[in-house]
Amino acid sequence: MKNMLRIKAAALALAAAGGLAWAADALAQAKEIFVPVLVYRTGPYAPNGVPWADGFVDYLKLVNERDGGINGVKIAYEECETGYATDRGVECYERLKSKKPVAFSPLSTGITYALTEKAPGDHIVLITAGYGRADSVDGSVFRWNFPMMGTYWDGADILVQHVKTKGPIKGKKIALVYHDSPYGKEPIPVLEALAKKEGFKLMLLPVTHPGVEQKATWLQIRQQRPDYVFLWGWGVMNSTAIKEAIAVAYPRLQMYGVWWSGAEPDVLPAEQAARGYNALALAHSAENDKPIHKDMMKYLYDKGKGTAADKKEVGQVLYNRGMLSAILTVESIRTAMKHYGKGVMTGDQVRWGAEHLAIDANRIKQLGVDGMMVPFHTSCADHGGAH
Amino acid sequence: MIYRETGQFKTTYASDQQLFPILQDRVFVIGFLVFAFVGVPFLASDYLFRAILTPFLILSLAALGLNILVGYCGQLSLGTGGFMAVGAYAAYNIAIRVPDLNLLVVFVLAGLCSTVVGALFGIPSLRIKGFYLAVTTLAAQFFLDWAFARVGWLTNYSSSGSVAAPPLVIFGKAIQGPVEKYLFVLAIVCVFALLAKNLTRGAIGRSWMATRDMDVAAEVIGIRPLYAKLTAFAVSSFYVGLAGALWGFIYLGAWEPLAFDVNRSFELLFMVIIGGLGSILGSFLGAAFIVILPIVLNRRPSALGMPLSTATVSELELMVFGGLIVFFLIAEPRGLARLWAIGKEKLRLWPFPH
Repeated sequence: MKNMLRIKAAALALAAAGGLAWAADALAQAKEIFVPVLVYRTGPYAPNGVPWADGFVDYLKLVNERDGGINGVKIAYEECETGYATDRGVECYERLKSKKPVAFSPLSTGITYALTEKAPGDHIVLITAGYGRADSVDGSVFRWNFPMMGTYWDGADILVQHVKTKGPIKGKKIALVYHDSPYGKEPIPVLEALAKKEGFKLMLLPVTHPGVEQKATWLQIRQQRPDYVFLWGWGVMNSTAIKEAIAVAYPRLQMYGVWWSGAEPDVLPAEQAARGYNALALAHSAENDKPIHKDMMKYLYDKGKGTAADKKEVGQVLYNRGMLSAILTVESIRTAMKHYGKGVMTGDQVRWGAEHLAIDANRIKQLGVDGMMVPFHTSCADHGGAH
Repeated sequence: MIYRETGQFKTTYASDQQLFPILQDRVFVIGFLVFAFVGVPFLASDYLFRAILTPFLILSLAALGLNILVGYCGQLSLGTGGFMAVGAYAAYNIAIRVPDLNLLVVFVLAGLCSTVVGALFGIPSLRIKGFYLAVTTLAAQFFLDWAFARVGWLTNYSSSGSVAAPPLVIFGKAIQGPVEKYLFVLAIVCVFALLAKNLTRGAIGRSWMATRDMDVAAEVIGIRPLYAKLTAFAVSSFYVGLAGALWGFIYLGAWEPLAFDVNRSFELLFMVIIGGLGSILGSFLGAAFIVILPIVLNRRPSALGMPLSTATVSELELMVFGGLIVFFLIAEPRGLARLWAIGKEKLRLWPFPH
């Protein structure tokens, strides 16, 4: 009884302390450009989220270490864990907003949708390289969204054009196995339009988050025998889908994934089952011998400053993609500096930079990512650039 | 010493039955409300409003609704997330299909839609009790999840399944800034919390509690279970639906069905259990515990200058959070509201405990 009272007293004290402990935020230093990093290093999407986050952060570190920042202005950054959940992502956005960030890369189409409503009011650029809202390419409507490098509508179109090269697709059946979230649903309008135009039949097979349970989906595939399966998965859903495909004896040669379904964490757990499976690549793959990777080793990993736990991760597909996202962010800031002078940029200035981004073959070589990116330039009307 | 009701004589029934019979309580609550309405807008930062206070208030309202059902009427429900979704999508549909409708009307209509759906899914409660009822309400959750993901009309045929709330305008004034949003939500929550408090004190609340404590005995003394249970479902769903509409419109701005999945239902149930079943205050304390604590835990290491990796911080957050839930439930199974009551009792004896 006495002990119980003591526990109760402790609980009371703890509750009171919890109510009182409310520390003020440390303000970001004014001499730095703040780049927030929304990541997911825990939860069902962590195997894919970790390499992306490591690549992103490593590039920011590299710019600071190797070049002393962007034109001498150092980059400050802070990670915030979203767990791929929209409400947590919104909280992260609000938390990091006070530090005057210039550009967010949410790495989640769901969070992108939520932030699309908020970013214009706060004058913050959203760079969604290889994901996000496909319709936000139109810069006259979505002034703050920059879906660079390629959208899901592009991806869906490319896949259909590719299977067309294997024979006529009129009357054929294509199944879309997709993550049941804004991300997975993005390609549907384009595929539906193409189905009408090209005369193939489209089967829509949603997979509920997080995607470890797909037996019913693949049973349908076994019954209906579609000629091609497009996989629009993320995280553990991808490797599960590949394993389920072998369980129902669906030929992997007829399976095509989007670029988020073709990285190491997706195919390696499926082991032999993954053989023959194809996925789109977002202009880059698992390159690990480019000058940028050598710089990563020289300036970060050899000094023990790298973010990844194992330096083998440097050069993985998602690591490279995170790095390219960071490169696009830094290049947008650099372009803005060319126009507005060297100093700490504001969101409006970086928006100008992102809208006037011109990355040619020469610049790609200078960045040390030769062969990992196609030259592109953005404009006020076209925020995607790669069109 | 200060907190003591000695000398406060009640000479009329009205004064005896008022909401807060003790003067000190009255002063404290009024002072607290004045502070929340007048003081907080000057003190708090943008972040505090947008990311902590607003979601806390909205989820408090949802927890309050669930508490009416689970805490006061004893009907276990796991469909809260689904009813929140009904409110959010109903508000969305009403707002886009009937433009220029006052936002308050939209929210009340959304709550009423949720009321209808809630009462409908409450019908099995007349036959099924306890855990079995929880399972049937889980069916509501999955059905509603499915409906909002698959029935195109409900999301206005949005290709991504994500819908965005139209601009918030009320009486010709746009609600945009964090302070305005906070005050708007605070006003709604205050009105409905007061309403809930009075409902639970009245005849209808007593019929709920009688049903909760022993339904057979309640029937014997003349309480109709059909009426008691279905009103509990209806009132609860109204609150939850209203909270869902606020969550979508005020906090998220754009959302997909995943924002109201089964995890949200569990989260709300935990709020009610940790805060205190059958307590209005408990709903607020529980919401504070579940909403604010993880964020505080997540920020603590960096605020204290501890350079931990993001993954470590998130895992630490989960571990400490889980540990605290266990600790508080061992310390006081009846929830944080009961701890508060114990604190008040202790305060009455202070400084001369006997």
